[in-house]
Amino acid sequence: MARRETWAAYGFLSPWIIGFAVFMAGPMVASLVLSFTDYDVLTDTRFVGADNYRAMLADSRVRTSLANTLIYTALHVPLTMVVSLALAMLLIRAGRRSAGFYRTVFYLPTVTPKVAVGVLFLLLFNGQDGLINRVLALAGVDGPDWTVDPAWIKPGLVLIGAWSLGSTVIIYLAALQNVPRDLHEAAAMDGASAWARFRAVTVPSISGALFFTLIINTIGGLQTFDEVYTAFYGSANQQTYGSDAALFYVVYLFQQAFRFLHVGYASALAWLLFLIIVAITLVQVRLSRRFVYYESE
Amino acid sequence: MSVKARRWLIWIGLAVAAVVFTYPFAWLVSASLKPRADVFDNALIPREWAPENYVTIWSAAPVLTWLTNSVVVALAAATTVTISSAIVAFGFAYFRFPGRNALFGLVVGTMMLPGAVTMIPTYLIWNELGLAATQVPLWAQNLFGSAFYIFLIRQFFLGVPRELFEAARVDGAGYWRLFWRIAVPLCRPALIVAFVFELRASWSDLLRPLIYLRDPALFTMPRGMKAILDQFGQAGESRWEVVLAGAVITTIPMIVAFLLCQRYFLEGVATQGRKG
Repeated sequence: MARRETWAAYGFLSPWIIGFAVFMAGPMVASLVLSFTDYDVLTDTRFVGADNYRAMLADSRVRTSLANTLIYTALHVPLTMVVSLALAMLLIRAGRRSAGFYRTVFYLPTVTPKVAVGVLFLLLFNGQDGLINRVLALAGVDGPDWTVDPAWIKPGLVLIGAWSLGSTVIIYLAALQNVPRDLHEAAAMDGASAWARFRAVTVPSISGALFFTLIINTIGGLQTFDEVYTAFYGSANQQTYGSDAALFYVVYLFQQAFRFLHVGYASALAWLLFLIIVAITLVQVRLSRRFVYYESE
Repeated sequence: MSVKARRWLIWIGLAVAAVVFTYPFAWLVSASLKPRADVFDNALIPREWAPENYVTIWSAAPVLTWLTNSVVVALAAATTVTISSAIVAFGFAYFRFPGRNALFGLVVGTMMLPGAVTMIPTYLIWNELGLAATQVPLWAQNLFGSAFYIFLIRQFFLGVPRELFEAARVDGAGYWRLFWRIAVPLCRPALIVAFVFELRASWSDLLRPLIYLRDPALFTMPRGMKAILDQFGQAGESRWEVVLAGAVITTIPMIVAFLLCQRYFLEGVATQGRKG
């Protein structure tokens, strides 16, 4: 009987098990193997040892794309988290009905396809006529050439990226709704200031959600592709602007694999990305042990 | 600070944020209805209306085909992922078997696996199968379930009282009946969450259509939008009003879907944070 049940269980799990083998575990191994070859779809494949990895070290565009991606992520993640938390805290104080309305408003940009976000970026952040610089001009600030100036492309992308932070707001809002009220009240009775209560009660209570969004936004940031590719890279094989300021890692990986057909090399790039993401996630997990508090523990 | 002043601050803060979050939509829609010369005038209501932008794009590109493709692909992606994830979720929620926790840990772990890493070998698989230049790779992987939805639906299945299942077992129901006749009907909201969530993800995807689709007749709307941008936005003359009309056409269906089913969208996101 128990054995029959086990068989039935694996029957139900079989779609996932097959999918895992064919579309995850298999591809991981395949991409590792490919990364030691010069596979290019067209000619015979040779094993080239660590040549791809050596070439990556010498490839300045790998360094550029990696630096761009890391800088973007380092700006994007904290900005998203801080602004989202501020908005979620406003929402929780706004009362049920208006919270429902604003929740919808804040989430709306998240359902906007990233191609449209890329177009909006090009136009709203346009150096001469864009809305952003018009608004800055009202405040007497001479706005930069966001979409062309290499120094301002990434900050601009970070800002337009922050437009779709709605899901982080919703996650924090859900977490804040579970913060025990009596804990707050007890702390207030003890004379704790608002800031002290925020640090001692709110943050620990939602640390699980903070940690989760840290990981998810970081992984997402490191894989940024759609909006950058839309705005800066065309189908005519070349990028729109002369500089590599918008060369993000996955954009370069995509070009190597599907434009230049350097599949072996691109596989090595994919593995480097994987190792970087694993390393950053592990560091974050380690750090989180100090401050993440789970109710169940 | 007085309670009243605090209320005002909250109110102003939210109102400012609401403008920041909605203004780009208003700008997008309004600019798509302006003649070329006025696109950057930043007036919210066009001084001169140019609905012909939509006629231009409709005749310059197979927009209707792309929209249809997007609908078909998104429906296929959402339907397959919901059904398969529910089946797997039932396996994890109902049965007790050796290795269950380890296996479920693996499922949750794969949520962290970056898609960009498996992108190349996955392409090679579809290429081997002769399907690389079709729409199949855009949804067929969903036949095998997806970690987040498995997780989400399992939570709901765990909430079904076990006595219900046991009573049905005593009546001679098989496992499939337990799943299909008891678990699924009782957990319909979770299935809808998975469905609309995947609908959104699939509708917005650009990377995979860029990799797989060569024939413009097969393009999804975002892929077509990118082609419009390449044609009208960047090379030489910039016809932004046409590009904007394309951006509106790409965006509006999702906005409408969201406004119709926002409860399910928002529940999906909120559950994400409660993982683990």
